[in-house]
Parts: sequence; C-alpha cells; structure tokens
Amino acid sequence: MANRFMGWVDERFPATQLWNEHIAQYYAPKNFNFWYYFGSLAMLVLVNQLVTGIWLAMFYKPGAATAFGSVAYIMRDVEWGWLIRYMHSTGASFFFIVVYLHMFRALLYGSYRKPRELLWIFGCLIFLALMAEAFMGYVLPWGNMSYWGAQVIISLFSAIPVVGEQLTTWIRGDFVIGDATLNRFFALHVVALPFVLVGLVIAHIMALHHVGSNNPDGIEIKANKNADGHPADGIPFHPYYTVKDLFGVGVFLTLFAGVIFFAPEFGGFFLEPPNFTEANPSVTPEHIAPVWYFTPFYAMLRAVPDKLGGVITMFAAVLILFVLPWLDRSKVRSIRYKGLIFKIMLAALAISFLILGYIGTQPPSPALTLTARIATIVYFAFFLLMPVYSVIDRTKPVPERVTE
Amino acid sequence: MMRQLLFALVVLMPMSVFAAGGESVPYHFDANMGNQASLQRGAKLFMNYCSGCHSLQYMRYQRIADDLEIPVDVMESNLMMTQGKIHDTIQGTMPAEKAAEWFGKAPPDLSLAARAHGADWIYSFLRSFYIDDSRPTGVNNLVMSNTAMPAVLAPLQGYQALKHAEEGHEESGGESHGSDEPQFEIVQEGQLNPAEYRAAAGDLTNFLVYVAEPAKLVRYSLGFKVILFLLLFTGLAYMLKREFWRDVH
Repeated sequence: MANRFMGWVDERFPATQLWNEHIAQYYAPKNFNFWYYFGSLAMLVLVNQLVTGIWLAMFYKPGAATAFGSVAYIMRDVEWGWLIRYMHSTGASFFFIVVYLHMFRALLYGSYRKPRELLWIFGCLIFLALMAEAFMGYVLPWGNMSYWGAQVIISLFSAIPVVGEQLTTWIRGDFVIGDATLNRFFALHVVALPFVLVGLVIAHIMALHHVGSNNPDGIEIKANKNADGHPADGIPFHPYYTVKDLFGVGVFLTLFAGVIFFAPEFGGFFLEPPNFTEANPSVTPEHIAPVWYFTPFYAMLRAVPDKLGGVITMFAAVLILFVLPWLDRSKVRSIRYKGLIFKIMLAALAISFLILGYIGTQPPSPALTLTARIATIVYFAFFLLMPVYSVIDRTKPVPERVTE
Repeated sequence: MMRQLLFALVVLMPMSVFAAGGESVPYHFDANMGNQASLQRGAKLFMNYCSGCHSLQYMRYQRIADDLEIPVDVMESNLMMTQGKIHDTIQGTMPAEKAAEWFGKAPPDLSLAARAHGADWIYSFLRSFYIDDSRPTGVNNLVMSNTAMPAVLAPLQGYQALKHAEEGHEESGGESHGSDEPQFEIVQEGQLNPAEYRAAAGDLTNFLVYVAEPAKLVRYSLGFKVILFLLLFTGLAYMLKREFWRDVH
C-alpha cells in the first residue's frame, strides 16, 4: 500500500529520489568529530527562529507607539508568550554561537578549499544575511538599547562620502530612527531576510551534497570507493548521522533550555537591562554597545581613529572571509597535517576575535583601544599573510584513508 | 574530545557581567520568588505607599491576585486604590503633566523597573534616602542623587542622616557589605526598627522583581522538568547512536 502510494508520488514528484540523494544514500565521511554537530544544529536553530517568530508576529505590533507594549503583552498576557519570546531571543544568540563554531570548523579542517569554494561562499552569505536579520530583529522590541544601537549602526553609513547623509535618511525613512524605521525593519525581518536565509541555506546544502562533505583529515573520501561504488570511508547520512545528530540535538537543547529557563538575560548579554526601558530619543543609555555577537566587529570599528576607515575595516573583516579559498595555498587542507605557523596563526585569530568581542562590550579606554588595534591587525594578518605562510609552512604527509 | 568540549565551554561563558553603571549601589538583595508571604507583603506595601504616584501599566490586578493567591474580594477592598476593575492594568492616579509640574518629573512606571535596574538597585534606593536640606523634598538619595522622589517610606523607616566617611566605619548592625557601605544614622524614628525596615524594603523589592517578570514564578520549576526530560532524551539518543554505530569501523 505504502509502496504503491510512493510509486504514485514518485511518478509525479521525485520524493524518493530527493530522500535518497540528500539523506539515505548521501555518503558522509565516517570520521566526523565534535565540530561536525554544528551544521545540523544551525538548521535546528533556524527552524526554532522561524516557528517562534511566526507566533511572535501574531501578537507583536510594529509601530513606535505599540511595539514596546506589545512585547510586554506577549511576556505577560499571551499564554506561553514568555516562553516563545525567550526561545526566540535566546535562539538568536545560540544561532551565532553555533554559526561561529561551524565556521571555525571550516578553518580547522580547510572545508573552504577546492572544490568547496561556492559552499563556503554561500555560507559567508548566510552569515551576512544572519547579521542583517539579527540587527533588525534587535530593533523590534523598541527598548532604549535597541533604539540607540540602531542609531549608532545606521549612522555609520553617513561616513560614506557624498551620498552618506542621504543614504542614512533613505535607510531610516526619516531623519531619525522612528516609526518608519521600525516598520520597515519589521517587514525585512519577518519576510525579506528569512526568505533570503532559507534560500541560501538550500543552496548551501545543495552545494554540500554535490561536492560531498570534508572531514577532519581533509581528504576526499570519493577517491577510495568500495565494490558497491560507495566511498569506502563513507557511511549513509541516514541512519548513522541522523541518530548521531539526534544525540547532539539532545545536548544542545539541554543547554538551550538551561538558558531559556534559568538565565534568559544571560547576565545582560542576551537581553540587556537598558532594553527594559522603552525607546527614548532624549535619554541615551550610559554605555551603548551592540549585542555580544557583533562586538568583535564593533571593537574593530572603534579601533580605527577615522570613522570611514573604521567602517571600511569592519566590513572588510566580514568580506575578507569570501576570498579565503584563494588565500590558502597549503598543500593540505586539515590542521592535522598543517605546520606550526598555521596552528599559531589560527590560535592567534581565535584569541584576537575573543579579545575583540570582550573589548566591544566595554566602554572605550586607551589601553583597550591599543589592545583592539593589535587584535585587529592579528585578525587581518591571519588572512592577508596566508598566501605566504601557507606556502612556507611545513606540512605532514596526508594519509590515503581517513584515520580514527 | 574533552579539550574541544572545554574550548566550547570557554567560548560559551560570559566574559564579564554588565556593570550596573555609574551609580553607587551599596546593598545586595537576592529576590526569592518562592516566598509568597513576602510577595504579598510587598504587594500591600506597593499599593499603600507607591501606587499613588507610580503605575504598573503592564500588570493586571487579577494577575497579582491569581499569582499571589490573594482572594479577589481582599484584592478589591484592600489593595485596589484606583477606580479600576480587577481585570484592569494598574494605572497611576496622577495625570502625568500635573505630576511633572509638581515633582519636576513624572514618576516613572515601575512595571519593568526591576529588570531595567536590577533588584540590588531598587533595594539600595529604598534604603538610601537621607536628610538633605538643600533639596525641595528635604531628602536626597545615595543611589539616585537629586531624586525628585520624596521620602515616601519615612513613616516606616524614619529619617536618617548620612554620616561622612571620615567619621569611621563602626558596624551599624545587620549585614555587612564591605567598607564602601554608607553610614546612616537614624535621627527621627519611624514605625519600624531598622531590621524591620530592611525586611519591608526587601518585600517591596521582591514584589517588583515579580511584577517585572511574572513568568519567573513558573519559569524555574518548569525548567527543571524540561531539563530532566531532555537529559533522559539525550541518554536514549546516545544509546541509539551506539547501537546504530556498532558496525562502523
């Protein structure tokens, strides 16, 4: 009965074919480690954001006069509204945690190298769209930090010569952040950018399944096939990685629930105290800082004395990721077979990124600004010097088959 | 594996807690949502001493009655000082423009005060009024200097004077909070002794913490159940994974 039904469907829509190509007969390397959980977890958080977002939009009322009150209404009068809202606000932060770890995995094992350049670029585009999505979503509760954060970030565009001032007015739809800004951010946050994100995620997965997954050894499993024509070191994604990822989902959700139920503000990092006061154009919060996931880039912005230079540095820090596949000229992909220079540079990148993240949360001081400058240089050095050090670095011989 | 987990934990850990800002917040207060009697006393204090000027515009009388198990008739006859009905939100009795005219600044709504400032801030504010003849209200406040708010709780607390730091740091009784604790001296006694007033300020703070997030009453107990379920789920998922991966070498 079921077979006949699937036969009927398959004649009209490639359901079984899609299932096999992407799940049941997609062969993934058998040596995935801890770092390989974050791709599926990013999908999980995306779904969480979409579903909770739909329910929030049912009760949220965009508009400068209504937004703040409607969030309070969701938190108090809507059944389970507080839980849905915390799942969404915590989900935003967890999205970035997961995505940062996912990207770091790609750096560790060279997952951006040929033939995965487009896979990597789609990923970078997802990161860019995610930042825009998070920024606009952050404005919607219309708290005072939302307001002033948006004020600072949008005014950055005024640093662009000639058209800057008009551009910021065009973005805001007003001469100040106001009702018009809030409404257009709502439209972009709930319709335009989710469309873009989902589209890019589909492209990212299609590219992945076309070229096949990389692995911690950074070698091609397709080079060694067994008698059935399947990669000898590959295992079908389903059931092996579906059950493994199910375990990862369990661990992730436990941590996620821990924050939602016991620390939804997360010490002021996920929900900031000034945001419990309604947006007020005449009262500036004592210290304006973006949410934690933007602070590394915000610290780079402040590290440069010139405003336009700072804006360019900040955007360059994201855009430089796009050309990474062409900067790495190492003979090997994975850190396991790369030399000491790469290991030092990658550690320096990670540490400088964390330091910048910390500095971005703090009020500026001369010592912090100096540290931020050094960290910014280290961040860019990882990328800009890579064409040189990836060539001179001593690599180890790569095995034929995956290890472990 | 362990090393990578540790690394991930370090990444997930907050690097510092946000500072409270430039104000001095001398006292610490741990809110306790499990202490219903304290929350009820806090509600009573709020309605009697605060609600004349301060609204709780996002909070409904009915919600307080339900959450704190206060009978509706008690709520209506003893705790509702306004014209409102039980299902209404708690609006102030003063028109905002008049209030601004009288006090120089309209008294703020306190629905979310505990989340915007923190429990320590409110508790310290309530305890830090001191006599200052240069102010129109006759009092000033250590936490919010030059506050427009008069010493509304003085009938309970009495009036206290701020002793200058150089006069020494003798222990004034009660909890100690390090050397930066302000030295107050009661110059006119109120209805409550200092320990009783500290408890009253605590009840009021507790109530405002609840008002700022009513979900807090259920959030923790629900959280334990959810996490217990997720731990069981994760354990089962782990065993399932082990079973399926038996043949992978």
